[in-house]
Amino acid sequence: MKTLTRRTILKSTAAAGALPIIGSSAFAADPLKVAFVYLGPIGDHGWTYAHEQGRQDVIKKFGDKVQTSIVENVLEGPDSERVIRRLAEEGNKLIFTTSFGYMNPTLKVAKRFKDVKFEHATGYQRAPNMSTYNARFYEGRAVCGTIAGHMSKSGVAGYIASFPIPEVVMGINAFTLAARKVNPDFKTKVLWVSSWYDPAKEADAAKALIDQGSDVISQHTDSPAALQTCEQRGLMAFGQAWDMSNFAPKAHLTAIVNRWGPYYEARIQQLLDGKWESGDTWWGLKEGVLEMSPYNEVIPADVQTAAEATRTGIIDGSVNPFAGPIKDNAGKERLASGVLGDGDLHKMDWYVEGVQS
Amino acid sequence: MLIELEKRKEPSKAMLYLTPIIAVVATMLAGAIIFSLIGHDGFGAVRKIFLAPLLDTYKWQDLGVKAAPLILIGVGLAIGFRANVWNIGAEGQYIMGGLAGTGVALATWGMTGWWILPLMCIAGIAGGAAYAGIPAFLKTRLNVNEILSSLMLTYVAIQVLYYLMRGPWKDPDGFNFPQTRLFTDDQILPTVIPGTVVHLGVPLAFLVAIVAWFVMSRSVFGFQIRVVGAAPAAARYGGFNTNKTIWAALLAGGGLAGFAGILEAAGPFGQMVPQFPTGYGFTAIIVAFLGRLHPIGIVLAGIILAVTYVGGELAQSSIGLPAAATGVFQAMMLFFLLATDVLVKYRVKFASPAKAGDAA
Amino acid sequence: MTDSLLIPIIMTIVGAATPILLAALGELVVEKSGVLNLGLEGMMLIGAVTGFAVTATTGYAPLGVVAAMIAAAASAGLFGFLTLTLTANQVATGLALTIFGIGLSALAGENYVGQTVDVFGSVFPAALSEHPVLRVIFGYSPLVYVSLLLVAAVSWFLRKTRGGLILRAVGESDLSAHSIGYSVIGVRYMAVLFGGAMAGIAGCFYSLVLTPMWAEQLTAGRGWIALALVVFAGWRPMRLLLGAYLFGAVMTLELHAKAAGFSLVAPEFLAAMPYLATIAVLAIISARKAGKSLAPACLGKPFKPSS
Repeated sequence: MKTLTRRTILKSTAAAGALPIIGSSAFAADPLKVAFVYLGPIGDHGWTYAHEQGRQDVIKKFGDKVQTSIVENVLEGPDSERVIRRLAEEGNKLIFTTSFGYMNPTLKVAKRFKDVKFEHATGYQRAPNMSTYNARFYEGRAVCGTIAGHMSKSGVAGYIASFPIPEVVMGINAFTLAARKVNPDFKTKVLWVSSWYDPAKEADAAKALIDQGSDVISQHTDSPAALQTCEQRGLMAFGQAWDMSNFAPKAHLTAIVNRWGPYYEARIQQLLDGKWESGDTWWGLKEGVLEMSPYNEVIPADVQTAAEATRTGIIDGSVNPFAGPIKDNAGKERLASGVLGDGDLHKMDWYVEGVQS
Repeated sequence: MLIELEKRKEPSKAMLYLTPIIAVVATMLAGAIIFSLIGHDGFGAVRKIFLAPLLDTYKWQDLGVKAAPLILIGVGLAIGFRANVWNIGAEGQYIMGGLAGTGVALATWGMTGWWILPLMCIAGIAGGAAYAGIPAFLKTRLNVNEILSSLMLTYVAIQVLYYLMRGPWKDPDGFNFPQTRLFTDDQILPTVIPGTVVHLGVPLAFLVAIVAWFVMSRSVFGFQIRVVGAAPAAARYGGFNTNKTIWAALLAGGGLAGFAGILEAAGPFGQMVPQFPTGYGFTAIIVAFLGRLHPIGIVLAGIILAVTYVGGELAQSSIGLPAAATGVFQAMMLFFLLATDVLVKYRVKFASPAKAGDAA
Repeated sequence: MTDSLLIPIIMTIVGAATPILLAALGELVVEKSGVLNLGLEGMMLIGAVTGFAVTATTGYAPLGVVAAMIAAAASAGLFGFLTLTLTANQVATGLALTIFGIGLSALAGENYVGQTVDVFGSVFPAALSEHPVLRVIFGYSPLVYVSLLLVAAVSWFLRKTRGGLILRAVGESDLSAHSIGYSVIGVRYMAVLFGGAMAGIAGCFYSLVLTPMWAEQLTAGRGWIALALVVFAGWRPMRLLLGAYLFGAVMTLELHAKAAGFSLVAPEFLAAMPYLATIAVLAIISARKAGKSLAPACLGKPFKPSS
């Protein structure tokens, strides 16, 4: 026993510039090595920053039992495959790949490293050792929509969107449906910028939408540029993936905050207990993977109450963002009564009434 | 203190081979110092970036895969640069080659046969060459500077890629994501070393470099290129058609860039995506210069640059060096090479102003 | 288009045009002296990060702009040293400068991601700068007015002063200029430094005015558009002004059309327009001059005095 652990310690410290060892105790099992692959820089104050906070939660909860590492700014495509493969080669047993574009690279590496577990965010490919996970962002959009419906004087919201993939479409629809519950004539104008992150373009898009009549801006892109534009013009906006109020103290009404900690902790615990299984996890407000950031004080009390009602309603199940009847923006009825199931949401490629895309 | 350059009687052969080495070593030193000054572990970073990929045999496959497109494009560009034809649009030709090959792949999707992959490659070469033909036409017929025209065309090519990804070539089963279908098994490059990622493109790149070496040093074409580049007037007098040379140089550069494009699409990518332009077309210019426009030098330079890419990733996750550091190292290498380049043709003399006045 | 839409659209166009105008104006002077500096994108990013960092630390935007000018000019100086004193290849050096600037700015800006500063906006009283109509004249950042003044200044300098004449001579016929006794290298150095300073201001426009924040590659390729603009304008400052606003209009109107709900042409085509237009202009100009290019004759060629 002693020889084994001494050899383990020597092996770990011998590698030049190797990953730092967090308290490798001579009597406990080797820490579980977990790696995270990030699309952007951890300082982006948005998507990647949220994942990084999740990792910090993991470190706090598991301490010595887990040893984590990250690679940031990993381009989607073959570069990501190389990075993921290297992480697997280096002994990581659980690897989180946090962007859709890592899907095929993750799958390729998963096929070659069958004893390593992979978790891919926002994708749809799985394997016995590869899971997918996502968050029901649309629930947060419904809360934002409720606020927008109350707060907007012009009744028109601008929506800066990246690509017309189901996740984005769901968000637009949930937002609009919620706003229309408050204001039946509410309209959402969507501008596609074909990028997840392009501050100058997002700012220009915000300006164009504002000039065309929107007084509240929502976005499914990652920079705070649109918020800054709204702040300059005295209008309203919602933050994306994290609390962005420091960029726009007056304009930032609230934000959908991604809290990946609960999911990461759960999966790591399952792996430590030997109970990890491949599957698809789609958690929402109820499971704590999403939160709303504090409401801006400019939001009147009655609107905050309405927003809270939506939020708590979603959590206890009494409110569903996609409850019928729902008509699409061509006038056709898509759902007479009941709610849209997950299957319909995963394929969503149509827009509800009131959306101008 | 004045820096005076005294022209050597003959370019120094020793310096010709030494300067790239000096440039790399200088980069390693300067980089280590600069990074230490701004708070990172400078020498550790240099070790990780430059040495670790070479010492770990597991990494050699990554070096090969990363170096292959750089070498291919670099060889093509060097032919042009030797002839004084400055093709800066290799990135655009790379994209167009990749797109042309992808077009064939999508058209033959669902078919099987050994002929599909070669056809894709031919399409890739043709696509890249045709795209380079535009600056060639503009230069020979309208005297348009090829630096500017080829550069502008790169950004046009990027938009063409985005359009195709968003529209006609989007995977119908891909949930509306802007990307093509995954290529089928007949359309993907085979792996030449089982158990690794070394695909057919890697040995092909080395082969092309060797062939280019023969062509440039032993064939009439190679001679023609070099003469047109070194002394255009003499070349005309000798009967060499400069226009034909310009066309040949651009088509070669474009064709090889296009070849690299389809090899990347059919190899590491396995499909076409909007993230396809990774800057190889521009990095290959550094490779061409670092390799002194000589195919064998380009092979070595391609490997060195691949080392910085792979090493940069290693440094990121192990010592927290930011991803941007890689670009800084690559640019420094080129800066040092360009700076030390002068030592080949000139001897550097330091003279004080008074002495300079006396000597005049 | 109603009045209420026209004014905001004009203001957005001005915002889009000004940075590329500034960068292109600097590059125009550089190219007029016979040097081709492809490192615009890198220099703009160095300017953007420096301007943001200094403004964030001192709270004083004009200081940030000055710092940006100095930093970008310093990087241009490095380019100058390599290409003018050591006669290195200008194309390769310029590209290396771009790659260097992208990487260096990302490194330098690491600690500033996620911060914001007050927008460097109009210094006119609110009655003018926020007036629904008058703001189209008074509502801009000082950098906008500076850009217009600089266009006039550069145009006057090139056409009406002895210095401008020397600069043009150095660009058209460096050996002759040298034989008359002008320092070709000295003139080119000054032009290169000026180009760097201008690129620095242009970069600042992104990080202090348009989107007051720092992010890697904030300029997103606008440096290449500025390069295209110099050629598109035929190396003439007044045409540069027109061209910059034309490019800015194309970039802005595309978004507005989409926001209004109709797109006339594929957005990618509009995004490619500046580059296609530049190629077309190049072809037309060169064709008309029957074989002689409009570019300064010594553009890109190192100065090699035979003495």
